[in-house]
Amino acid sequence: MALRQKVMAFSRAMVPQTISKSALKAARSDQSALIFRRLLSTTNPQAQNKEVSVTFIRASGEKIEAKGKVGDSLLDVIVNNEIDLDGFGACEGTLTCSTCHLIFSKEDYDKLPEKPTDEELDMLDLAYDLTDTSRLGCQIILSEELNGLQVRVPATINDARS
Amino acid sequence: MSKSGVLLNSFRQFSSKNVTPKVCVVGAGPAGFYATQQILKVKPEAKVDILEKLPVPFGLVRFGVAPDHPEVKNVINTFDKIAKDDRVQFLGNVDVGKDVKIEELKNLYHAIVLTYGAEYDRTLNIPGENLNNVIAARNFVGWYNGIPCDKNLKIDLSGEDAVILGQGNVAIDIARILLSSVDRLKTTDITSHALEQLAESKVKRVWLIGRRGPLQAAFTIAELREMLKLPNCKTFWRPNDFTGIKDIVANLARPRKRLTELMLKSLDEAPHDKRNFDKEFHPIFLRGPTEFIGTSNIEKVKFSVNELEGEDLLKQTAKATDKFEDFPCNLAVRSIGYKSKLIDPNIPFDVKSGKIINSDGKVEKGLYAAGWVATGPMGIIISTMNNAFKVGQIVSIELDLSEDKGGYLDLKNLLNERGINVVDYHGWEKIDHEERKRGKSVGKPREKIVEISEMLKIALN
Ligand SMILES: Cc1cc2nc3c(=O)[nH]c(=O)nc-3n(C[C@H](O)[C@H](O)[C@H](O)COP(=O)(O)OP(=O)(O)OC[C@H]3O[C@@H](n4cnc5c(N)ncnc54)[C@H](O)[C@@H]3O)c2cc1C
Ligand code: FES
Repeated sequence: MALRQKVMAFSRAMVPQTISKSALKAARSDQSALIFRRLLSTTNPQAQNKEVSVTFIRASGEKIEAKGKVGDSLLDVIVNNEIDLDGFGACEGTLTCSTCHLIFSKEDYDKLPEKPTDEELDMLDLAYDLTDTSRLGCQIILSEELNGLQVRVPATINDARS
Repeated sequence: MSKSGVLLNSFRQFSSKNVTPKVCVVGAGPAGFYATQQILKVKPEAKVDILEKLPVPFGLVRFGVAPDHPEVKNVINTFDKIAKDDRVQFLGNVDVGKDVKIEELKNLYHAIVLTYGAEYDRTLNIPGENLNNVIAARNFVGWYNGIPCDKNLKIDLSGEDAVILGQGNVAIDIARILLSSVDRLKTTDITSHALEQLAESKVKRVWLIGRRGPLQAAFTIAELREMLKLPNCKTFWRPNDFTGIKDIVANLARPRKRLTELMLKSLDEAPHDKRNFDKEFHPIFLRGPTEFIGTSNIEKVKFSVNELEGEDLLKQTAKATDKFEDFPCNLAVRSIGYKSKLIDPNIPFDVKSGKIINSDGKVEKGLYAAGWVATGPMGIIISTMNNAFKVGQIVSIELDLSEDKGGYLDLKNLLNERGINVVDYHGWEKIDHEERKRGKSVGKPREKIVEISEMLKIALN
């Protein structure tokens, strides 16, 4: 079962009501729900989840290919694959830091199912090298449609060296 | 190259290969940890010792970041990993400049990185600054966050009006703490002495007063949005402050544009906002403090009415007119920035700007500075992080390993001889454990220990 559905099923079990998509979205923007979901997504050992491949492109042009599962955030993918990006994800996905800033192609950006919330945009406003197609990696949840996604990691000190 | 030159050269290369790079970091805040992380990344064979004045690490992440923003403190998990690395030693309770001199450290290490932050506050230097209940933001923050020297801060919250001078994020933190319900704070790691006093607080209105206009406001949008959503509190703007701003907002660059739009939206919506509220938040623009007035306690603050001048809208400066406006209050908090102090006469220091003289982090051969002590007290953890990464890299590249250095063991001996009780990371973990335990019993994530002697007792036991 995809993780999103699992969360839904879980919430259904807890709250005996049907949870609409918008309600889920509202819950997602709630921080505790977000943290809870992250916990689930990083500790879930079940491997049946569909794999999604993502390529991270450093400012130097270097490409890093990684695999994640449906329901993982892009921050999870970076953490789980131990991709070495200095300082990435400092607040651990709680929408309080902007170090997980990633840049999408216009096409992918428009395709992302969930538009950024005000709170995400507020944090992005503090990001370095902000673009019109910037998002925070901890807020992007992988779905099957995103398989093959390529995202740019904005210039960091790490890349300045290479 | 002469034969002996070649020989000498190869000798150097040979010898430096066997020399372990030893770096000393002064100050265990974000800059210290991030610089350490970078140095170990570029020079995996290096050893880094982090010296800290207090028995406890993490600098302003522990003592600055507001108690109701626990997520921001998640960076501590990264710092914890760095501190537990075999190549890293934490030496707490070592006051550099006093317990050990920079000159001495120079002899013991290949490089020193000064990351001791900006712990002092700027003063306005206007009459009445010493009246009772005129308080520096730094002390107010230290009081609610448990900085040992601020535990006995005398603060009177029995009046209804509080004026905050300055409009940065620290000013907003203070406003939020003053306007929050105790229920909102009691499950945070706020100190119990602050919580007790805030529970009795009569403060109803907070006036957040800045010298310039909305386009120059220093707070960031997330902090403002939080204020606008604060339960039981309503925000009031003065429409006159926004004259002409609607016409230009569309042309602003994104962050400033979104911030300004949010202020305008709140201004427009205020009359229709029918939520119940007991408390009021009043951001006021274009007023420059000229005098604190009162007999023994502060009674009001006198402000000049300011105008803006300058071509670049975002960088306009304030100019006082001959008009004045008074704001009656029972508490005034001065939040106009922090500055650093010279901790050792051998460090080149610019007293006026309150920071170490440096160029991209380099002070002189083998001596570097990063974080607030180098950049000035500007920006958030991410900016400190970027700066510290950059400096950490320069340090690593420039290491001169032509001779071996005594490093940790020699320093430890020296400190022992001087009778300094060094708190290692394990000692901090004991304090941490005790604080969490005490917190648990009162429904808080931790109850900070505010007595240094008590910290030492736990750590050294
Ligand atoms: C009130 C406040 C709230 C903040 N809130 C946020 C926030 O919510 N989010 C955010 O991103 N940023 C926030 N910041 C900014 C953030 O705290 C800074 O960017 C960051 O802490 C600066 O790091 P630093 O390492 O340069 O200095 P510091 O964090 O100040 O660390 C310096 C360390 O050096 C030690 N030291 C001092 N003198 C000596 C000495 N003589 N010998 C040895 N050690 C010494 C100090 O004890 C301290 O541990 C806040 C800042 C303040 C003041
Ligand atoms: S990890 Fe901090 S905002 Fe995404």
